[in-house]
Amino acid sequence: MADLTPNVTPMRTAAENQLLALFPSVKARLPGASAERQQAYDAFAQAGLPHRRVEAWKYTDLRAVLREAAPLADVPSAALLGEVRAKPSPFAGLGPSLVIVDGVFEPSLSDLDALPAGVEALGLAGALGAAQPVANLGEAAVADDAVLALNAAFMTDGVVLRVAAGSKVETPVFVRFVRTGGEPRSTYTRVLVVVGEGASLTLGESREGPAGVAHQDNAVLEIVAGDRATVSHVVLNTEGRGSIDLSTVGVKLGAKCLFNTFALATAPALSRRQIFVHFAGENSKISLNGGALLNGRQHADTTLVVNHAVPHCESRELYKHVLDGESTGVFQGKIIVQPYAQKTDGQMMSQAVLLGDNATMNNKPELEIFADDVVCAHGATCGQLDDDLLFYLRARGLPKPDAEALMLQAFVGQALETIEDESIRGVLESVVEGWLKARM
Amino acid sequence: MLEIRNLHVQIEDKKILNGLNLTVHDGEVAAIMGPNGSGKSTLSYVIAGKDDYEVLDGEILLNGENLLDMEPDARAAAGVFLAFQYPLEIPGVATMTFLKAALNAQRKARGDDELSTPDFMKRVRAGAERLHIPQDMLKRALNVGFSGGEKKRMEILQMALLEPTFCILDETDSGLDIDALKIAADGVNALRDPKRSFLVITHYQRLLNYIVPDTVHVMSSGQVVKSGGKELALELEANGYADYRSQAA
Ligand SMILES: Nc1ncnc2c1ncn2[C@@H]1O[C@H](COP(=O)(O)OP(=O)(O)O)[C@@H](O)[C@H]1O
Ligand SMILES: [Mg+2]
Repeated sequence: MADLTPNVTPMRTAAENQLLALFPSVKARLPGASAERQQAYDAFAQAGLPHRRVEAWKYTDLRAVLREAAPLADVPSAALLGEVRAKPSPFAGLGPSLVIVDGVFEPSLSDLDALPAGVEALGLAGALGAAQPVANLGEAAVADDAVLALNAAFMTDGVVLRVAAGSKVETPVFVRFVRTGGEPRSTYTRVLVVVGEGASLTLGESREGPAGVAHQDNAVLEIVAGDRATVSHVVLNTEGRGSIDLSTVGVKLGAKCLFNTFALATAPALSRRQIFVHFAGENSKISLNGGALLNGRQHADTTLVVNHAVPHCESRELYKHVLDGESTGVFQGKIIVQPYAQKTDGQMMSQAVLLGDNATMNNKPELEIFADDVVCAHGATCGQLDDDLLFYLRARGLPKPDAEALMLQAFVGQALETIEDESIRGVLESVVEGWLKARM
Repeated sequence: MLEIRNLHVQIEDKKILNGLNLTVHDGEVAAIMGPNGSGKSTLSYVIAGKDDYEVLDGEILLNGENLLDMEPDARAAAGVFLAFQYPLEIPGVATMTFLKAALNAQRKARGDDELSTPDFMKRVRAGAERLHIPQDMLKRALNVGFSGGEKKRMEILQMALLEPTFCILDETDSGLDIDALKIAADGVNALRDPKRSFLVITHYQRLLNYIVPDTVHVMSSGQVVKSGGKELALELEANGYADYRSQAA
């Protein structure tokens, strides 16, 4: 990996020192080849934690926020697994789940026998330990990024999901990341999803954990889609209010693919969701969407890098932030159109409603266009709820909190509408309603 | 009965209502006519409770209760309804969802149970039919992409559903062609009731051919400068407002 940051080497923070000391002490028991891990660790050692002078982390100074790097989570005990078994998934009843507890894939809790035809799943640790390298691993998540490098160095386990070419999988498949325990611990997980030519998959992720525990999660999802593949992806985070959720999604699409993703953040103290999309084949379309409903001092950052490397692809982004209290929302969206990527069509929109007087929204859309025959646009709005509209609703009899809730539901609803699977959308809608009710 | 006494209102240091007095009895249809800028919409907003306006003096009593002490939603629950001159668009909120939320909020405020969905649907469908509002419009986001006439009819539908006792119609005729005007007027006339009164605000006499008022009040520079019967509207139509402009302070 090349330079990760501008060449500024400030003094190491406590968290950086902890991370640097951790690797030598655990590397012998991490699965798979150690050379790549060492390389990633070296890259991290050079870069340190991302901070505000790293352009892509301008508004999320992880170096300042992360006081301590929590120790790696322990392998969950049988008793803990029993507790997890009793806990229903937020997506219960909608499809089979693959369950990762404290960073460890648990086949005994997973619905491996109930996977739809054409879908194959196995634990990542096992796959890394096998003689053959894991095909496609590291293919989609490619970026000069210290958080991604940390994941590459430390990933303990996860899931490898493969959908056979031509398999149109109707039933959604879920990956649950369940956290336990009362002391802050960190996990490094990776999920690799390879969708064959002409195949389709709906993937739902849930991040679940105890309230108030400052767990730290560094998760990477890689999606490699063959030509004409369709992938829909939804993430729901209901983890504890203290948690730090760092997630990186790398997407590599062949020709004529459809990719759609939605993430809802209401829970973590700090979340950073970075999505890197690489169009490798022509005529593919993506739709990246999300919503964050925050209060207190919560901070949610969405950073997108969409690389149009080939012609005739389309990208759509719609992000909605509802910011109460002293919360902070960050939206950074970069659309790169390479010299040969003519007929690119990119439209990006970020909208925020500031409810709290001390809430902040940072919008940074960026277009880097090197081709001449393209249509690209971005927009960002940020403001209070419309007073005239509020009065209209109140004049019809809705008390102020109800009127506000209805307006906010409609505001976030416009992004939720991009979720194609109705049942999954319903689950997210009720989380949004719950958040709004709690505010009333 | 609505009684407005000595109402003084300003917005951003600009005096708009200057000691306005007006009484509307139960069952009465009162028309307010006046030139543009005379303060008609301001009066309607102040009765409904929009807080951009600063009430400097006076009172507005609905059946003896001072509306000025109440939040807009409490006024609605007490029976006030304003059909807006410019109805607002609410993207993302289906008309049906909005109607149900409004109706149930008012029922809740009055201590009534929520209406069952079939009951609610029946009422909406019947009301929509009377106003020639197509059913599929009810599924669309409220007022988004509706024509001017459709928005005005949607206001009347809301009024019919919410069954207010004091209805204000602010220039419901503006932007309506004659057919749409008749439909809207029929909708209003169907709601005339000995216990319900109306304040019909209009710039032109035309609407009053279809909604025939009991009383007509001329407003100028934030005051009611003349009151009379329905013939006063015809007189205004013939002579214009010029006679009244100078009368106000
Ligand atoms: N929000 C406002 N800010 C400043 N001036 C206003 C506002 N609303 C109304 N006015 C002024 O008050 C006067 C009365 O307006 P309005 O009540 O709309 O009159 P009408 O409905 O009779 O045409 C006008 O001069 C108008 O410009
Ligand atoms: Mg007006």
